[in-house]
Amino acid sequence: MTIEAKAVSYRIVDKQILHDISLNVQSQEFVGLIGPNGSGKSTLLKNMYRLLQPEHGQIILYDEDIRQQKDKAIAKKMAVVGQESPVLFDFSVRDIVAMGRAPHKKMFALDDKDDVIIIDQALQQAGISHLANRDFSSLSGGEKKRAIIARALTQQAKLLILDEPTNHLDIKHQLQVMDLISSLKLTVLVALHDLNIAATYCDRIYVIKDGRVVTSGTPVEVLTPQLLRKVFDVHAEVTLHPLTQRPSITYLSEKQIKEHLQ
Amino acid sequence: MLFIAMTFAIIVGSVAITPSIVWRVIFSHMPFFGNVIEADWTKAQEIIIWELRVPRTILAMIVGAGLAISGAAIQALVRNSIADPYILGVSSGASVGATAVILFGAFSFLGIYALSFASFLGALLAVIVVFMLAKVHGRISVIRLLLAGIAISLVLSAITNFMLLMSKQEGGIKAVMYWMLGSLGGAKWSVLPIPLITFIIVFTFLYLQYRNLNVLLMGEEAAITLGMNVDRFRKILILAVSLLTGVIVAVSGAIGFVGLIIPHIVRLLVGSNYKHVLPISALVGAIFLVIADAVARTIIAPEEMPIGIITALCGSPFFIWMLRRNSYSFGEGDT
Repeated sequence: MTIEAKAVSYRIVDKQILHDISLNVQSQEFVGLIGPNGSGKSTLLKNMYRLLQPEHGQIILYDEDIRQQKDKAIAKKMAVVGQESPVLFDFSVRDIVAMGRAPHKKMFALDDKDDVIIIDQALQQAGISHLANRDFSSLSGGEKKRAIIARALTQQAKLLILDEPTNHLDIKHQLQVMDLISSLKLTVLVALHDLNIAATYCDRIYVIKDGRVVTSGTPVEVLTPQLLRKVFDVHAEVTLHPLTQRPSITYLSEKQIKEHLQ
Repeated sequence: MLFIAMTFAIIVGSVAITPSIVWRVIFSHMPFFGNVIEADWTKAQEIIIWELRVPRTILAMIVGAGLAISGAAIQALVRNSIADPYILGVSSGASVGATAVILFGAFSFLGIYALSFASFLGALLAVIVVFMLAKVHGRISVIRLLLAGIAISLVLSAITNFMLLMSKQEGGIKAVMYWMLGSLGGAKWSVLPIPLITFIIVFTFLYLQYRNLNVLLMGEEAAITLGMNVDRFRKILILAVSLLTGVIVAVSGAIGFVGLIIPHIVRLLVGSNYKHVLPISALVGAIFLVIADAVARTIIAPEEMPIGIITALCGSPFFIWMLRRNSYSFGEGDT
């Protein structure tokens, strides 16, 4: 088991955000987390990567309670691409990517040759070698995401957690970022907004609503018209795409349904 | 550049001296060159150079470099580009201590060290109170740190002003004014070791932590996921910076602007990577203050202008010019 949430509850003051959520990710799996806005996807991920402390329950990372592990040890096992990456001040892309080496360095160590090689490789893998010396703040949304993913790669962790990596990107860059993530041969846990993207890339999907897991399984098992109606409150038609054999979702608005039924 | 500034700073003053004499006097005090160089200068020149201007220039370097790196570190700590080293209450705490000494002769048993001691003590107490107020459930909250710093500074300034108002001594009030605007007039060889050693320790520490300072600028979420113990690092930073600024303020008064503006100038030159920001800030800060002090000594000679007036007068227009440039974001980034 790579990472596991065991009966995690979380609340802000008296508002319960997560109710006894359990979830697990096997090695080399690509697991998606879907649910409507405010369902608790981000909160769950933040609990898993320790930005928030669960009220009850445990997070197990590689068979050990995450609270028992050292900060740097965790960062070597798990890399995180958060939802927003506001970068203040003027850093070059290379500076940002180099920061992923932090958990591997002793308190007072300087960068060495190995770090340079690892950083170059990560830049190349993310397809942004040509941007290395650019100012991070001058990049487009998709390029920024890829730079942050490159930073995660230099952590050399086996597990990658991403919170809506395709947010605010146009469709070409959404696919580019998702292709990059799936090409990395890492264990992935990713919160996704777009259900067709989730259907295309995930091995397994957890569906979350109101802080509870509604169901989980392969995209074909999970993404049914009934579930979409129940969880997302939309009418949809689901077909298997002839090329990919993955579910393909077409949404039908209330207005369309009324017009076509008449 | 630094050497030119140093030479220039030592030359200027009410007694004229040539550059060659300056360096020959300095080298004649070095262990190896001492016998080689022939003394063809007057005893008075030697005393002015070696006992007055050289230590003063060195103190200016330490103070300038120290304030600049403290400012850079504080800006990373609070992720805010308008922060300066005094945001933690250091200068206002020190002012209370200094005012008490100047006006009421507090700590008079310490003799000439009373002023330095009292201002360091005041700075330390102010930082401790700010630090306590910023703690929430044992963790440091950055926004509380900023607000507590402002609140405590206001309270302490009020106390200083109250003491000034109640005082009947004209001379004392002027002395306090001078102190608050900063001066390097107290420079002697015997004053240098403590600031120098503190500077070297804190600089070395911060420089070796450049990676963590960078990571801290990425925000709490990124810092945690990159394996940093954010809270512990913040506490260590506060400790290091307060120590350095406390020592500096104790010897030179509250010289403003250097800690705020130098890191910005440096970021404009070399970007935000603290691997470069720290050493370059130290260098630029040192040069800036050496020149500022030279100007302070000469502009209304034979009287001395408080150096804080010079740093603000020279610094502000430059800062405003930077403000109007579009290429520098002042840490606003692309949020």
